[in-house]
Order: sequence, then C-alpha cells, then structure tokens
Amino acid sequence: MIKVDGVSKHFGKVKAVDAISFEVQEHENMILLGTSGCGKTTTLKMINRLIESSAGTIYINKKNILEQQPEVLRRGIGYVLQNNGLFPHYTVAENIAIVPQLLKWDKKKTENRTAELLEKLHLDKSYLHVYPKELSGGQQQRIGLARALVSDPPVLLMDEPFGALDNVTRSNIHKEFKALDELKRKTIIMVTHDVQEAFELGDRICLMDKGKIIQSGSPTELLFNPANKFVEDFLKDQRLQLEFKAVKLTDLWELLPHQHKKTETAALHADTDLWSTLENFRFGKAETIDIKKDGDAEKTASFEQLMAAFYQFKNKQGHE
Amino acid sequence: MNEHQQTLFEFMGQQADKLAVQTLQHIGLTFISLFIAVLIGLPLGIFITRKVKLSGPVLGIAGVLQTIPSIALLGFMIPVLGIGAKPAIVALLLYALLPIIRNTYTGITGVDGAVKEAAVAMGMNKWQVLFKVELPLAMPVILAGIRTATVINVGVATLASYIAAGGLGEFIFGGISLNNTNMILAGAIPAALLAIIFDFLLSLVQKLNFKKIKKTSYALPVLLVVLSSLYFIPSAYGGKLTAGFTPEFMGRQDGNLGLESKYGLKIHTIVISDAVMYKAAFEKQLDVISGYSTDGRLKAYDLVVLDDDKGIFPPYYAAPIIREESLKKYPDLEKTLNLLSGKINDSVMTDLNYRTDYLHQTPERVAKDFLVANKLYKPSREGSAGIIRIGSKIFGEQYILANMYSMLIKGNTNYDVATKTGLGGTKICFDALTNDQIDFYPEYTGTGLLAILQASPKTVAEVTKSKDSTYNYVQQEFEKRYQVKWLKPIGFNNAYALMMRRGQAKSLNIKTISNLKRYLNSK
Repeated sequence: MIKVDGVSKHFGKVKAVDAISFEVQEHENMILLGTSGCGKTTTLKMINRLIESSAGTIYINKKNILEQQPEVLRRGIGYVLQNNGLFPHYTVAENIAIVPQLLKWDKKKTENRTAELLEKLHLDKSYLHVYPKELSGGQQQRIGLARALVSDPPVLLMDEPFGALDNVTRSNIHKEFKALDELKRKTIIMVTHDVQEAFELGDRICLMDKGKIIQSGSPTELLFNPANKFVEDFLKDQRLQLEFKAVKLTDLWELLPHQHKKTETAALHADTDLWSTLENFRFGKAETIDIKKDGDAEKTASFEQLMAAFYQFKNKQGHE
Repeated sequence: MNEHQQTLFEFMGQQADKLAVQTLQHIGLTFISLFIAVLIGLPLGIFITRKVKLSGPVLGIAGVLQTIPSIALLGFMIPVLGIGAKPAIVALLLYALLPIIRNTYTGITGVDGAVKEAAVAMGMNKWQVLFKVELPLAMPVILAGIRTATVINVGVATLASYIAAGGLGEFIFGGISLNNTNMILAGAIPAALLAIIFDFLLSLVQKLNFKKIKKTSYALPVLLVVLSSLYFIPSAYGGKLTAGFTPEFMGRQDGNLGLESKYGLKIHTIVISDAVMYKAAFEKQLDVISGYSTDGRLKAYDLVVLDDDKGIFPPYYAAPIIREESLKKYPDLEKTLNLLSGKINDSVMTDLNYRTDYLHQTPERVAKDFLVANKLYKPSREGSAGIIRIGSKIFGEQYILANMYSMLIKGNTNYDVATKTGLGGTKICFDALTNDQIDFYPEYTGTGLLAILQASPKTVAEVTKSKDSTYNYVQQEFEKRYQVKWLKPIGFNNAYALMMRRGQAKSLNIKTISNLKRYLNSK
C-alpha cells in the first residue's frame, strides 16, 4: 500500500532522515517509534509532502506521490496532529466539514457523515456548534480524528496523536481506537515516542534512531529477537509489561495443557493479550479462565499454567 | 479689552460652514490615505511573511518613514507632487503604513503553527490557507494596526493645511497665528473628537466575534471608500488665478478680510503654509501669494510686490519687545539691544533673508557677517552675570535677529544667553514672554496692534496712518496691559504684501492690487 524507498531528508548538513526504506501493507497499523529528533516525524510528513524529501521515492498504491499535485494527494490522506490543529475560528461542525468542502460535497452528505462519525466517537450532537476551545483535550482529539476520517481516506497519518493527553484519557482513547471499525479499514502510520502505546496499537513497529531504521517488525519480534543492544535497551525499562502485552493467548495455545472445564465467566478469545488475561485474575474471583479459539476449540487455564506457558514461550523465542 | 468676548460656540456657529467643510475634508484625508495604506500595507505585510528575509528591510524602511517629522515629509513632497491633496495623502499614507504592515506581519506569523499545518495537510492550497485560516485568525491584530494608523492619521492630517490640503489644521494653525483661542479650539476639539470616535468604533469592530468579522470584512472597505470620497465634495470650485494665503493672513483684517472689504477682491484661495508658499508660487502652483515684504525668497524666486494702493497693510516695523522686570533685573540690556536700532533697512533685511533662505547660510553666520561689517561685533566676554532668554518666531528673519542680539549681549555685557528660537507663532511667542519663559523677542508693530492688542477697526484706521503713530500706540498699550516694553525700532518694515511672479505680473500688466482686481473681474 505504502512503499518508502531509500528516502532521505537533509536540513543543511544535518541528515534528519538517512536513506530509509519500509513498506506498509493495506489495513496495517505501522508505528514509527523513537526518541525526539530520530527523524520519525520528518518521515511521516514526507508521506503527505508537508516536507519534501531530498532523495528517494515514496509510493502510495504504487503511485509516486511526487507525480500528484500536493493538495490533491493530501485530500486523500487523513492527518491527525498532536495538538489537534483544530481551527479555533471554526465550530466543531465546520472543522469536520473542511475536507468535504474542499472536495465540494453537498451539504446533506457532509451532515450525515458528520453525525455518523460523532456517534462512533461517542460525542454528543450538541457539540456541533461549539468552538474547539470549549471542549476538553480528549474531546478535541476525537474531533481531530473525526476531521481526518470524514472523507474516509484509505490512508491515515498520525503524528503523536495522543501525546498531549493525560494517562487516563489516553488509555480510554486507546480502547476506543482499537474498537473503532473505521480504523480497521485504514492503512495507518503513527508516530509516537511512547513504547507502551506502540506495543498496544501497532501491528508493526519501526524503531528509529538518528534518521535510520534500527529494527522493523512485530512487537514480539522486537521484544524477543532484538536486532541489537539499542533495541534491547530501548525496551528494557518496561520489558515485563511489554512482554505481557505483546504475547497473545494464541501464542501460548500449544503450550497450555489440554483441559476444558467450563467456568462461570465468559470465555476469552485467543486474540487477547496476556496482560488483559491476567487482569481477569486480579479483578475477577475465578481460579481459572476459559479460552476460546476460532473453530470452537476451548481450553481452561489457571494463573500458574499461563505463567508457565509464557516462560516456555519466551525461552523458545530466545533460542530461535 | 474687547467690547465683547466671543465664546467658542458663537465662533463655531458663525463659522459652521467652514467647520463642516474642514471636518469633512479631515475625515476624507484621513480615510483616503488609510484606504490606500491598507491596499499597500496588507499585501506587503502578507508578502513579507512569505519572504521572511525581506521582513527586516521592509519593516525597517517603514519605521524610518515614521520617524521623519511630518512637516519635513510634507516639505519633501512639494518638488515631486506640488501642493494640495496629493502630497498630503502620500505623506499620511506613509505614516499609516508601518502599523498596518507590522501588525499584518505579526498577526499572521502569530497564527498557531499546528493550525496552519493542519490546513495544509488537509489539502488547502496557499490561497485557501491565507483566506480561510491566516487572515481570519490574524484579523484582530490587523485591525489593531489599522486602528493605530487611523488615530495617527487624524492627528497628522491637521498638518495637511500647511500644504493647502485643507482639514481642521486650517483653524488650528490660523488660530495660533492670530492669537485666537476660539479658532484653535474650533479646530482642535473636532480633531480630537474624530480621533476618539474612530478609535472607539474600530475597537468595537475588533471585539466582534469571528463570525461577524467575516461579514464586516466586506463592509469595511465599502465604508472606507464612502468616507474617503468626502474629501472630494468641497473642492468643486476653481478660478482664473489661484492665490495661496497663510492661515494667519486668511483671518486678519489687514489680510484677506481687508482685501475682500476694501478692494472687493475675490480670488480662488487655498490655505498654505508660509514655508512652502513662495516655492509653490515659483513653480506656478500658485499665482498670487501673501508674503512679507522683506522675505529673502522674494529675491530668490523673482517675485514682485503688488502696490497696496488703498493702504490696507499697516506698518510692520520690527523692534525687540521686553518684559519690564527683565529690564530692571539686567540694567545693561536696553542699551545693548538698542545698538541695532536704525541699522537695518528693508533692502538690507531682504538681502540678509535671501542669504539664509536661499543661499542656505546659517543665521549665525549671516548675523556675524553683518555685525562685523557694521563694526558692531565684539568677541564674547564669557560672562556669567545672568542668563538672558531670547525668543524668536519660526522663520529666518527672526533667527537672524535672535543671533545678532545674542552676539551683542555676549560681546557687550557680562550676561550669558539662552535662545529659545522657533516658537510656533505670535501667540506662542507672546505667551512665552508674558509667562516669564523668555525675556524678549523681536516683534512687529502691526502684529502687536492687530494680533495681540486686537484693536478695533476704528483704532486701527486711526493709528495706522503713520509708522510712528502705530509704534507709539502699541508702546503705550503694551506697557499698560502687559508690562512689556517696545525698544527702539530696528529700521525695516516687514509688512504684508501680495506678490506675483515677475513675468506673469508683467504680461498681465498688474502692478497694484487694484489692477489685480480689475483683471479678475474682466471675465
């Protein structure tokens, strides 16, 4: 879907981005992760030509982006900024209607689409005619997302979209983000410096440093097969939590004992990560939980059994 | 004093027509120049946000323009644009430019970068970004700039009367010259009110919310055009010859009023500053001007004085006038000042003036050369027995006289001197004297009689029969009323006179004011 091929960006003598290449598949959520100044935002902005690349080529749907008019290109790419970038002189409705207006949609269509999005983002209709400054940070960020999604662009670029939010609001939005059906149809590239966020939302992660990609892969690959010391150190602080989040019950399926005794709590789907599964033991009173896999296979496991399976899995990864 | 002291309201009522015309002219001048300044300043301000390297030079130049004294700026304009509306509008618009450019620039660069980035990222082109995002968000700051420019323009527009562009300055400067407080206030109060009202109205516009600004941004240019057009309403008249008279001359019995009543002279007249009048006559912008008979520019620009065959211009013999207290305090002073008495006649004074006004020699040098040639010069004694404060009005002749007196005092007495030259007009000079701000200054008998004593027409007719009777009358009256003494006359008579270019006067065969009237009536 998106192919970045040997792209560089020089600011004077400084190489902000140094000949990087990666590909993002359709409907994939790809995270550009790194500390500030690593070139991740510059990379993102080259994709919708907010910054023009110094060398290399970027393709979207096999089309070189330089062969399109930048305005036309951008109208087909949703963009969400850290500080939301809502127009302070436009109401919420007007803010959402900016791209439809540029695309010359008729009024009715815009209104219907706006209403649909508000519902999906759990925003009340009464917000339509207020100005952004009257909203909370979380609400503003949702409007920013609605604005980017309104014309249903296939590609979404997000520059630290949740960076300005407090922890509680952020984890709420994370949940909504993962649940939102609109986003499942999108190819998303998201920039963040937050390792947790990257592991929680990303299908794939590109870890960048000094303008280069250090390692690119799924969260488990990064965790259990780090390419070098830098990757290891980068993830070190929150390693255990990340591992629990990265490992899904599917990964442990084969390592769990074959037993099934129906408990009272609803069965968890095998796509669930270990972290959420363990939370069930903390908040629920159950001794064991049921796990359901596609094709009706079910297993029951206790906390100890899950942990044993996890350590087995970890050892296996390390030795591969 | 006067039989009846006119009140301000009586004056305004009497002059209502003139006041209305001047006010409309004033508003018109302010807004024409403001309109053009917005047309230039706004795009220029936007342009330098795009070419940031140019912002320094552009703002720098606009800033320098702002620091040029207004009178000087008006002076620069005359050789290029002549007199009247054009140079006044250009000067005003130059003053208005800086706040408009600067606030446009600051307003636009102050728009949140994230908002601009969002606009671009959503696919707006640069014009859409400008009109939908940058300008609406910068509008309160831009309006603040326009507001500043408007208030500056209302103020500076008073000076437009110096170059015959009309406006409330005609009353203000006429009033200062004529020592007529009512006239000054009749100009100054409306001018101040205009500034306050426009400032207030624009502050309302500024406070409107974003929605309404979208609508007013269309109404504003329309309003500007309407207000600008006011300026052209009064100027729908013309004539064969054009006269340029100073504000002072316009209001005086021994000036335009006398010309109208005694000669029945009716001529298309514009009001203009003495500083540019002679040059304008030379450059054929004007045909008849009200000059002074000893003015150096008479010689420089080859002008001739029309004979005052009905004798309306009273004698204007110059003499120092001095506070009696100062005479007592500095006993050597009177003798010293009288050293100059009878030494300078009309032609000598014209020549001295010619050297300063046209050859651009310093008044100091001209004064010294004269004193040396007449063996009156003595080197300074560096005395410190007291400081004599000399005043002078704001024209060359007075500067020369002030310098001569300064050298005489330093050379012949043990006093030191402080000069307060360039006092704006008769009123300012005389008020400085009576309020003990200066000790003496050179004054003219005619001015004393008419502008300061404001003698009744009957008295004027009586005492202006000869130069001595005029002198004696003012001497008595000044002593009685103000405790100010007229010392001996210096010798020359710097009376009002009508002047024309020599060539034109000759070809039209005009030698006297009566000739001029006959020519004007022969339509």
